[in-house]
Amino acid sequence: MAEADERTVGETATKPGFLGLSDVSISEDIPVEGEITVPMASHSQDEDYSTLDEPVKETIIRDLKAVGKKFVHVMYPKKSNALLRDWDLWGPLVLCVSLALMLQGGSADSKEDGGPQFAEVFVIIWFGAVVITLNSKLLGGTISFFQSLCVLGYCVLPLTVAMLVCRLVLLAGMGPINFLIRLIVVIAMFVWSTLASTAFLADSQPPNRKALAVYPIFLFYFVISWMILTFTPH
Amino acid sequence: MASPVAPAGGTRNGASPEWGGFEENIQGGGSAVIDMENMDDTSGSSFEDMGELHQRLREEEVDADAAAAEEEDGEFLGMKGFKGQLSRQVADQMWQAGKRQASKAFSLYANIDILRPYFDVEPAQVRSRLLESMIPVKMVNFPQKIAGELYGPLMLVFTLVAILLHGMKTSDTIIREGTLMGTAIGTCFGYWLGVSSFIYFLAYLCNSQITMLQMLALLGYGLFGHCIVLFVTYNIHLHALFYLFWLLVGGLSTLRMVAVLVSRTVGPTQRLLLCGTLATLHMLFLLYLHFAYHKVVEGILDTLEGPNIPPIQRVPRDIPVAGLPIAVLNATAKVVALTLQPH
Repeated sequence: MAEADERTVGETATKPGFLGLSDVSISEDIPVEGEITVPMASHSQDEDYSTLDEPVKETIIRDLKAVGKKFVHVMYPKKSNALLRDWDLWGPLVLCVSLALMLQGGSADSKEDGGPQFAEVFVIIWFGAVVITLNSKLLGGTISFFQSLCVLGYCVLPLTVAMLVCRLVLLAGMGPINFLIRLIVVIAMFVWSTLASTAFLADSQPPNRKALAVYPIFLFYFVISWMILTFTPH
Repeated sequence: MASPVAPAGGTRNGASPEWGGFEENIQGGGSAVIDMENMDDTSGSSFEDMGELHQRLREEEVDADAAAAEEEDGEFLGMKGFKGQLSRQVADQMWQAGKRQASKAFSLYANIDILRPYFDVEPAQVRSRLLESMIPVKMVNFPQKIAGELYGPLMLVFTLVAILLHGMKTSDTIIREGTLMGTAIGTCFGYWLGVSSFIYFLAYLCNSQITMLQMLALLGYGLFGHCIVLFVTYNIHLHALFYLFWLLVGGLSTLRMVAVLVSRTVGPTQRLLLCGTLATLHMLFLLYLHFAYHKVVEGILDTLEGPNIPPIQRVPRDIPVAGLPIAVLNATAKVVALTLQPH
């Protein structure tokens, strides 16, 4: 009897132990299942920014703001990743088209027309950007194709401004002073473009090869600025 | 071929024909492995399968085989053959198009990785190679080293394009830029690639030790002299200066290439042939670049002066054109007058 009691006591003594173990294993302190709702909670906040049911106007304004912010970044080239982080090709497209339209001379038929045609400017800008990008990739740059295109396209902005100034100055008529103003403006904007794109792109290159990656960029903007400087409307 | 499988296929042949046709429709453009599977399914009519094989090999025999199949199994198999042919053609076309696209995209990325070793340079290396391209080394007995690298040559070609463009623009005349820009790119790349290939071919004939990559690098760095000469002489228009630079700078870079080629070729005749061709082409190219655009400029000057003359020529041509309506009017007036007179 006593043995039996002892056994029962022993059983009761061991039972709590097992119970305790099972309690520990399923206890709520250590969640084995994992809280699936925890990451969802943070997602629910993102759903407020869903762009599916917002008005089109807001979408356009938001995109325009993003483009405008990148324009500002180009005009004040700081060590920032905004141009690289979320790239887009809208800004480059707008800049390229406006530059090509302003560089467009008279009609294609007239012999005196010295201005390059729209398609030529367009092709030069995009082809040049692609060549620079491929070159930087070949040199071992850690930048994606479209990021580089985005930066190079946005950095045409100073040159587009230079083109605008040149057209305004050319309205006053031709002359040596006129040419000097255009020369200074174009050179300043050319340096600006090159420095801005270098500031954004140089970090992606191996430090010992920055000069090799910068040289084609310099050449690219040099050709574009040369086209702008020699532009004369008829 | 299909006879070992025939019994197994024969047992389910009663239910299989539609499935066989269906499978063939799907797998029309597949590989040989899938063909074997198809054969298994339709092995009841092994004659037709042989016809299918022939169809794949020689398409002109399709009709005969289909006729043979019809003889055996009637209308359905003929229809099936037609369907299979059609689907095979469509699938073939789609597969070809897809393959072309994929291989194009793949080859682009593959090429980037393949080309990367040739762009593995340091700025200091490029600088020293640019300088070395102007210094001929008189070492004939031992093959001289050529760095197999493409960054420098490619950048030099692009620079040459920009300099040519600059030269065209600094000339006082207005030039249609686009065509000349295309010309500049075409000329420079055409010269670099074309002459490299040609000299490589000659080098192969003359049994000299040089690879295509080394040839491209050698000729590419040889363009450095051209860049200097053209950049100076497009800005300073002096013929004497140009000839001096042509002989000195162009000659030095040409001599450098000739020395390298001589050191890698055996035999006087081969050396003369190879180096003579290269030196002639290289020096003449510089002359061409300098004077061809002068010629273009003069040609455009002529066409620009042209408008002063044509009006004089056009005057007599215009008179009959302008006079014709008057004459016609006069004639019609006379006719009208004549017709009105009797009344």
